[in-house]
Amino acid sequence: MNSPAVEVVDLIKRYGRTTAVDGLTLSAGLGAITAILGPNGAGKTSTVEICEGFRKADGGVVRVLGLEPGHRDLPARVGIMLQSGGVPPAARVGEWLRTTARFYARPLDPGTLLERLGLTAHARTPYRRLSGGQQQRLSLAGAVVGRPELVFLDEPTAGLDPQARHACWEVVEELRSCGASVVLTTHHMDEAERLADHVVIIDRGRVVAEGSPCALTGAERQLRFRARPGLDLDELLAALPVGSTAKESPSGHYIIEGHVGPELLATVTAWCAAEGVTADDLSVERRTLEDVFLELTGRELR
Amino acid sequence: MSTTQSGAQSYAADSGAGGSADPRERAPGESPVAPLDFTPAPGAAPFTARVLAQTGAEVRAILRNGEQLLITLIIPVLLLVGFSTAPLVDVGGGSRVDFLTPGVLALAVMSTAFTGQAIATGFERRYGVLKRLGATPLTRAGLMSAKTLAVIAVEVLQVLVVCGVALALGWRPSGSPFAAALLLVLGTAAFSGLGLLMAGTLRAEATLAGANLVYLVMLGCGGVVFPLSRFPDGVEAVLSALPISALSEGLRQVLSGGGLSLAAVGVLAAWAVVSLGLAARTFRWE
Repeated sequence: MNSPAVEVVDLIKRYGRTTAVDGLTLSAGLGAITAILGPNGAGKTSTVEICEGFRKADGGVVRVLGLEPGHRDLPARVGIMLQSGGVPPAARVGEWLRTTARFYARPLDPGTLLERLGLTAHARTPYRRLSGGQQQRLSLAGAVVGRPELVFLDEPTAGLDPQARHACWEVVEELRSCGASVVLTTHHMDEAERLADHVVIIDRGRVVAEGSPCALTGAERQLRFRARPGLDLDELLAALPVGSTAKESPSGHYIIEGHVGPELLATVTAWCAAEGVTADDLSVERRTLEDVFLELTGRELR
Repeated sequence: MSTTQSGAQSYAADSGAGGSADPRERAPGESPVAPLDFTPAPGAAPFTARVLAQTGAEVRAILRNGEQLLITLIIPVLLLVGFSTAPLVDVGGGSRVDFLTPGVLALAVMSTAFTGQAIATGFERRYGVLKRLGATPLTRAGLMSAKTLAVIAVEVLQVLVVCGVALALGWRPSGSPFAAALLLVLGTAAFSGLGLLMAGTLRAEATLAGANLVYLVMLGCGGVVFPLSRFPDGVEAVLSALPISALSEGLRQVLSGGGLSLAAVGVLAAWAVVSLGLAARTFRWE
């Protein structure tokens, strides 16, 4: 059995009196994409930077590819994309990537990588003249050019336009299909839902939920339909399995939650038929990761 | 006309070949974006290769930076030419260029090893460049080696330019080039230590202001163009202990055939040991 790419047990990190990471435990599988999801200030970057060896933990155990962060073998095996910066403002795109490639034994071809990320036209442009999205893409290129086993991406698509986000996602998915492990932080639900094999939702320095996007969202589904307002839902509920809920919100829009399967669907449609009601726009929807996230981390602004 | 013809011909040729040469079809590996193999193949390049790659990047950065070129080459050459040709300062007996060249060489070393390095490194720290490079296979030790090599490479260029201009102005050096080189190396170590001490502890803006101020003070009071003997005795004794004074006076003695000054070697070595030691203990990478 292979050990995970990253293993964090009871991690603690304090800054003065604030506890940023408070007994966090997570594991990122080998060859998988793991997304660490959480609101701002949840402890995502602290956790990742401890794994990357930039910060020291105040407690707990961290293993990256089976080694302690900061181990001398890790820089060659781990690719890192910082949340921002890391490139000298005056450095030219192509030269910087070629220099970075020369630190590694078997790097990707820098020219091809630039082309892939749509930066070929900017190869001679100084980093500071790139748009935010172009800077992010160059950082991503720098993280993968050494053909790492494990890549840490700290908010890789923050500030990217849709095209650049998709280009970034494709690279991340390709890394996985080639056997690399990826750990990324994000607060974009759709990113985690689309990319991740494993999602870890953290808040206030602790894990509040984890699992595959399906496991996190799929357990509860909703049946929605439109019909004339004012149906007697008590009567409907009596026909439904125990534990189901039904509500009308807003008027004329009905939402049934519970174990939404074929039986429940049949019960609802049969009840509608018996009532002489036509159910329009009948649909079964999964809760989104965003619903789960807001439920777990609350809605108040921080 | 000819374009149309060749187009028609190539179309005909394509059809004749049964469409197999459709220009839209590409052989494998010739797609518009060549395929990338992300299959992990981790490994570091040899230490020397990594350090040389970074050294190249550092040298390019120094030579492309206008402000840095101003203090590393333009100001030293202007001072050398200006003060050698016009009787602006009383340098005692002897030829003015013989007096000025060692001082300008010392200034050149200080501008690269101290001023330029402090400012560049300070901003690299601020922009997360040091943090990121330290986490690549280059390593922190490799980065520091590359910075040292880059400083030495730029200094070699400065020495060639300054000596070339000085010789053209009638400079007649004597004495051991090895003794002069030893002083330049010790001076580089002392100034690098001071520069990295500032860059690794102060905010980037404070380093920028401080390094420029120190440059000016050392230029004025370090025996570069104004002889130390023009200061009152008590002040002269203090100024002699500055690394810039030890380097300019030491070079002046060597290059006028007066031999290696052990006092200058001692002062520079002491500054080097203390400043590099403090920098190593206090340097913050982010």
